[in-house]
This record gives sequence, C-alpha cells and structure tokens, in this order.
Amino acid sequence: MRFKWDRLVIHLVLLLGAILMMLPFLWMLSTSFKTQAEALLFPPTWIPKEFTLANYHVVWTKVHFPHYIYVSLVVTLFTLVGVLLTSILAAYAFSWFQFPGRESLFVGILSLMMVPIPVYVVPLFVLVQKLGWVDTYYALIVPWTANIFSIFLLRQHFRSIPANLYDAAVIDGCGRLRFLFQILLPLTKPALVTIAVFNVIGSWNAFMWPLMVTNSDRMRVIQVGLAYFAQGESTNYPALMAASTIAILPLVILFFFAQKQIVESYARSGLKE
Amino acid sequence: MNRRTFTWLAVFLLLPALTILLVFKALPILYAFRLAFYDWGISGEKGFVGLENFRALFQDPFFWQSLLNTFWYTIFAVPMSIAISLVIASLLNRGIRAIGLYRTIYFLPVVTSIVAVSVVWKWLYDPQRGLLNYILSILHLHPLLWLEEPRGIFELLTGRQLPLFLKGPSLALFSIALMSVWKSLGYNIVIFLAGLKNIPDVYYEAARIDGAGPFQTFRNVTVPLLSPTTFFVTIMTTIISLQVFAPIWTMTGPPPGGPLGTTTVVIYYLYQKGFEEYQVGYGSAIAFVFFIIILLITIFQKTVLEKRVYYEV
Repeated sequence: MRFKWDRLVIHLVLLLGAILMMLPFLWMLSTSFKTQAEALLFPPTWIPKEFTLANYHVVWTKVHFPHYIYVSLVVTLFTLVGVLLTSILAAYAFSWFQFPGRESLFVGILSLMMVPIPVYVVPLFVLVQKLGWVDTYYALIVPWTANIFSIFLLRQHFRSIPANLYDAAVIDGCGRLRFLFQILLPLTKPALVTIAVFNVIGSWNAFMWPLMVTNSDRMRVIQVGLAYFAQGESTNYPALMAASTIAILPLVILFFFAQKQIVESYARSGLKE
Repeated sequence: MNRRTFTWLAVFLLLPALTILLVFKALPILYAFRLAFYDWGISGEKGFVGLENFRALFQDPFFWQSLLNTFWYTIFAVPMSIAISLVIASLLNRGIRAIGLYRTIYFLPVVTSIVAVSVVWKWLYDPQRGLLNYILSILHLHPLLWLEEPRGIFELLTGRQLPLFLKGPSLALFSIALMSVWKSLGYNIVIFLAGLKNIPDVYYEAARIDGAGPFQTFRNVTVPLLSPTTFFVTIMTTIISLQVFAPIWTMTGPPPGGPLGTTTVVIYYLYQKGFEEYQVGYGSAIAFVFFIIILLITIFQKTVLEKRVYYEV
C-alpha cells in the first residue's frame, strides 16, 4: 500500500496547531510550580528545577481564593436553578398553550436578545443600586435568572414533540404540569443539558457585571478576585499562574468529564432551527 | 382538552420569566434610551438636554479613538479567527484518526475564563521575561514590547511614521486580538465541523471524478457549500469582537486602555464614563450610538454577505 503523504502533512499541521493551543496552559502550569527567582530566569526552564507548591499555598491561604470560589459556586448554582425553572415554564407556555398575542410576545422577547448587555449595563446598575442590592447575592444572581436563548432553544425542542403524545397522556389522566415534568422534560434532556452548559460556563466566567455590582472582598466572585489579584501582584507571575490555574480548574475538570455534551451543545448553538 | 385551549395556567407559567426580563432587561434598555437625552452626572439627574450628549460625544476625540480601536481590533480578529478555524475544521473533517483528541485540545480555551487566560497571556507577552520574546531571541529577532507598544503594527513593519488611519492597531491591541483568536478558535472550529458534516459526500465524489485536487475541492466545493455556516460565524464573531472588554481591563495599563489610549475600546470607554465617572447620561449616549453601529454592521453584513451565500436547493 502506498504511503499517504497527505495524511502525514495533515497530522503535522494539526499537531503543530495543537501544541500552539496548549502552549499557554503548559506555560501557566510550569510557572505556577516555580519559585519567583526561577520564573525570571533567562533562558527559561520548562520543568521547574526546584518544584514548589508555595504559590498555591499563598493563593489558597493569604488571598481569599477559597471564599471567591464559594461565592462563584453559589452564584452559578442559583442562577442555573433560576434559568432552568423560568425557561422550562416559559417555553412550555410558548409551545403547548394558545393565548392571544402569543407569537408577537415571543418575537418581542427574541428581539430583546439582539441588544448586547453593555448597551444597558449602566441603567441596570442604577436600578440594582436603587433596589439596594449592590454588594449582595441578589445583584449577582437575580437579573440573570431568565435567559432568552434558553427559552428559545427549549421551545424549539418542545414543539418537536408530537401532539398526539399529549392526547394519549390525557386519556391516561395526566394533567398539564405532570405532562411537562414526566413526559416533555425527559424527552428533551439534550436541550436541558445545553442550557445548563451555557449557563454554568457563563456564570462562572462572568466578569464585567460582578466587577460593577460588588465592591467588598466578601462578595467577590473568582474572576473579579483573580483580576484584582493580578492588578495588585502584577509581577509575581508564579503566584498569578497558580491563581489562574485554580480559576480555570473547575471548568476544565467539568469539560473533561462532559466533553461530548459540552462540545455538542456549542455545535448545536450554531444551527438555525 | 387539546393544546390549543386557552388556560390561565399559561399566564402563570410565563410570569417568572416575563417579570425578570421586563424588570432587568426591557426596562433598562428603555431607560438607557431615555437617559441618553438627559444630563445625569455624579450629582444626579439634572433634566432633559435633548441631543446635547450626542453633540458632545461626536466632538469627543477619545470616543472617536475608541471607535477606531474597536474597528481595528475587529478587522483583525474576525478574519484571522475564521480563516484559521476553517482550515483546521476542514483538515479535521477528512476522516483522520484522533479527531476527538484534537477537537478537545482546540476547544479547551473556549471554556476557560477570559480573565485567567488574559493573565496567562500577559505573562507570555512580558517584554523582559516573557516566553514570546524568548522564542524571538532564539530566532535571532528583535524582542518586542507587545502589550506596552503603542506604535501601530504597520509602522513597526515599515519602520516609519504613518498618519493615523494607516498606522493600523497598536501592537498592544493586535496582541490582544491574537489572544482572542486563540481563545475563540475552538468554538468556530466546532461550528464549522457541524456545517461540514451537512455537505453531502456526492459533491466530493463528483469533484474527485472530475479530477479536482485538494485545494480546488476546498475552493470550489467546501467554501461555497459551507457559506451559510461561514455567514453565521462571521456575524457572531463580529458582534462578540465589537464588545471586547475583559482583556483590556486585565492585560493593559495601568491604567487600563493604554499604552497611550491605543487599547481603549468602546465598551471600555463606556465603562469608564458611565460607571467609573458615573456620567450616566453620557454613558447611555455612548451605548446608544454603539448599538446603532452594531446594528448597521450586522445589516451591512447581512445584505453584502448574504448575496454571496450559496443556499443549496
């Protein structure tokens, strides 16, 4: 059999690309285990000569990273529960109920999706301030507990379920809410996973809004904590790399466990249905 | 009872989502529109001023600079990201082994936070001890200032001073664009892969029978048949690029937006004016103009690009 040169070239290109993609992460890990003196060596070392966990220790004990992670976890969890609840109910109403103005209401909501957050972030901040929510969990969670894309996605999936399923369920004495929870939801699990993936990643990585509405250390989410730490310790690279590693670790672990679902969720987001 | 009957239950089902969206999205949007016509500064609302904020805005050189910076950033980040991800996706689509592993590696930056990634890249770009300058030194090239370089990339390439519009983005801004390309690549690859899967094999078969080489096939089969996906990716990447904020805050400065204001993008300027300086009225005017610009660019892309989109019949 002929040796396939083109295959080899493709693999070489992809491999080179993959190395370039991983390089920043490898460099981050490598630096995070170095002493500050070794990090500044020129030429740099890839494998730390003197392997140290001191940077992680500093970030974990002296800076309040465990607390930042806790705040981020609370925000992520409650936002997710809120989004799932509001979108499941709203998508059900938009797909399996008839009421006057249903379609125009839906189009109106979809058009809101066109407006990027930065456009209304200042008035939103003024509103949250008037509610007295600055520096509270309410400010971090409540405004994001309804998500238009999630409603849209779920409605599309609910609509694809054949109507006679409902008729059959009614004959068996199934009420409207039981139909939603016992029949529709199990059938639309992939869409629910997609919604969960997007919202968890979005909440965990959110930066601009938490930066605006919190100011005490006590209410700092991980991304804001990291950004302030980076500003204050702008030259202590080993500690910064340890902090960055900690900040991305939870999602990286989640990614490796649910890789297929996560990648497919993103792939689906690009399909016009 | 069938799915078409009206019931009050529907109202209760909609209530939670609608309340949140009304209070925290629709109202602030309307409010932003209204505030743009009011003088609202640090001492509170001082009344209706008509188009005064807009007049001041159009005479504000910092606003124009922020617009120019945003355009430069987008003009470099979007085509780079699309071209590279298209090539990688089509290589991955050729039935090679280990596609899953490659996809995972390329996708990883997408799920990591922009703040953490910015901190890491700032270290890579460090002019004294950064990895990139070390690589340049191995290649016997001059070290660069990267994020601290205010000169435009075309100035650096040609080695002479150029007028404002020919300078190109500062190397600092270009460095941020480069990082964004790295970060967004995986998402675009995954979308392109999904699009590539939808191209029926018969077209490739026909190209093969006609004796087309891999480049001809790519140009005459893949690119046109993939154009609906490319269209979607272009619009999405553009809208996201125009809103860049976090890397400016974490990678540039102090103060952020430097050196010499060459990385002050519109959203960062909006944040400075509307939030840090609490000029809510002025900030809203920036937001309003910015929204119109996004809208116009999207409409422009839709009309110009959509003509070139090949929809299969």
